[in-house]
Amino acid sequence: MDFVVQQITSGLAEGAIYASVALALVMIFTATEHLNFAQGEMAMFSTYIAWTLINAGVPYWIAFVITVLVSFVGGVAIQFAVLRPLARAPVLAYVIVFIGLLVIFNSMAGWIWSYVLKEFPSPFKAFSTGSTLIGSHQLGVIAVTLIVLTALYLFFRFTPLGLAMRAAAQNPISAKLVGVRVGWMLALGWGLAAGIGAIAGMMVAPIVFLDPNMMAGILLYGFASALLGGISNPAGAVLGGFIFGVLQNVPTIVERWLGTNVIGNELKLTFALVVVVAVLTFKPSGLFGQVRIKRV
Amino acid sequence: MSSLLEVKDLRAMYGQTTALHGVSFALEEGGITTLLGANGAGKTTTLRSVCNMVRTEGEISFAGARIEKMATEEIVRLGVAHVPEGRGTFVNLTVEENLKLGSYTRKNRAEVAREMDRVFDYFPRLKERIQQQAGTLSGGEQQMLAISRALMLKPRLMLLDEPSFGLAPLVVQEIFRIMRRINQEEKVSMLLVEQNAALALDLADHAYVLETGRVVMSGLAEEVKNDEGIRRSYLGY
Repeated sequence: MDFVVQQITSGLAEGAIYASVALALVMIFTATEHLNFAQGEMAMFSTYIAWTLINAGVPYWIAFVITVLVSFVGGVAIQFAVLRPLARAPVLAYVIVFIGLLVIFNSMAGWIWSYVLKEFPSPFKAFSTGSTLIGSHQLGVIAVTLIVLTALYLFFRFTPLGLAMRAAAQNPISAKLVGVRVGWMLALGWGLAAGIGAIAGMMVAPIVFLDPNMMAGILLYGFASALLGGISNPAGAVLGGFIFGVLQNVPTIVERWLGTNVIGNELKLTFALVVVVAVLTFKPSGLFGQVRIKRV
Repeated sequence: MSSLLEVKDLRAMYGQTTALHGVSFALEEGGITTLLGANGAGKTTTLRSVCNMVRTEGEISFAGARIEKMATEEIVRLGVAHVPEGRGTFVNLTVEENLKLGSYTRKNRAEVAREMDRVFDYFPRLKERIQQQAGTLSGGEQQMLAISRALMLKPRLMLLDEPSFGLAPLVVQEIFRIMRRINQEEKVSMLLVEQNAALALDLADHAYVLETGRVVMSGLAEEVKNDEGIRRSYLGY
């Protein structure tokens, strides 16, 4: 039984990271219907900023806050400088720009900080959970994700700015007609996405070590999580992340129970991805996504 | 008396197609002016031009300032509320959130709360539906919501694009009655685009008749209404 609980909690902890990445992707997708392929690399770059600050002697949580703020501003700046001029460009132009950003951030990070793996501290190591079922970092990651999620929910649900951002995403023309500066709302969305990504990066780095390719796989799983939960629904995408995290440990649990070892560690993510594909085959909008109806 | 809105030699383009060929008109403060004409005459385009939602050439002045180069959001902030074709409802948001968005540009919360009460005074039915998703409202209720959202801006000028469209005659009468009240009680000037010419001429004081992107006739609403020639050739009733 302990083994099962352990597998599920570690799945939830990994899922929390997928959930954050999924949330960052959804943030931009709901506003622009574009998938930012560079989201993972932006998060990785932010994590390097945090690493630099911490190594320079800045206390962890101060470095954390500075990194999130810098990333937010960076996200706004990218939207402003790179994406705004593309406002009327076809989808493929965006794809190229996103891939371009991905490569730029990746090689910039390698150039500035080299490709050598770096250790990244966990702020949760200091206190112990006193349990063998869940590590302190795992618990911390889950807590941070839930705090971020709650904060975003409150922001979008209860503040005028949050309402304006939702309005701009849903119906940009009507939003302009009530005086919402839609261009700014998109930039804010990018800022939020970059900030959330930075948090995801700082949470995952203590587990996988920091290197310029750290986020490559995670972005993919974050994307799968978003699709699984429904990419049009932020809460769904987060749930998708947690489900995906747990899902990848299901084969391990079952195999232990059966006493065989077919899928093993190497294929556990493959298993999870196969399940996602299967779900999307039957429910293309995701588990909690809105079905898009187009009038013809 | 000076004009609140003055449009001079307005041309509007959709890509290569020119939709307006030099339209000029003026709207007096406190008045209701209607733009009439058949499908494709350029009525909606004229409204959209005022808010800079299409590419235009020519002069547009609002309250003495030129606005033709300003962004839509900034024109709105001057007090121009556009009730667009198709009502522009935020269908996934609640009625209350739709109304709050209407007052997005205003900072004084107490004033906004009072405004919301006034809106419910005009349209009590919206109050009953306040927590409902706006997309689930009937067509008439969505039109009421669109007008209310515009009112929440506390506008000086309302641009109304076919408020009667697709609604039952009784609902249309109700809405037009309330529009008259709004014009009188809130001192809001209105520029009204309508297919239903008889209805619009009853409400408006001035009328312009458009045909294929040009003003072919203008005058007091009363005169236009009683001119049988115009009625037959342009208004079709």
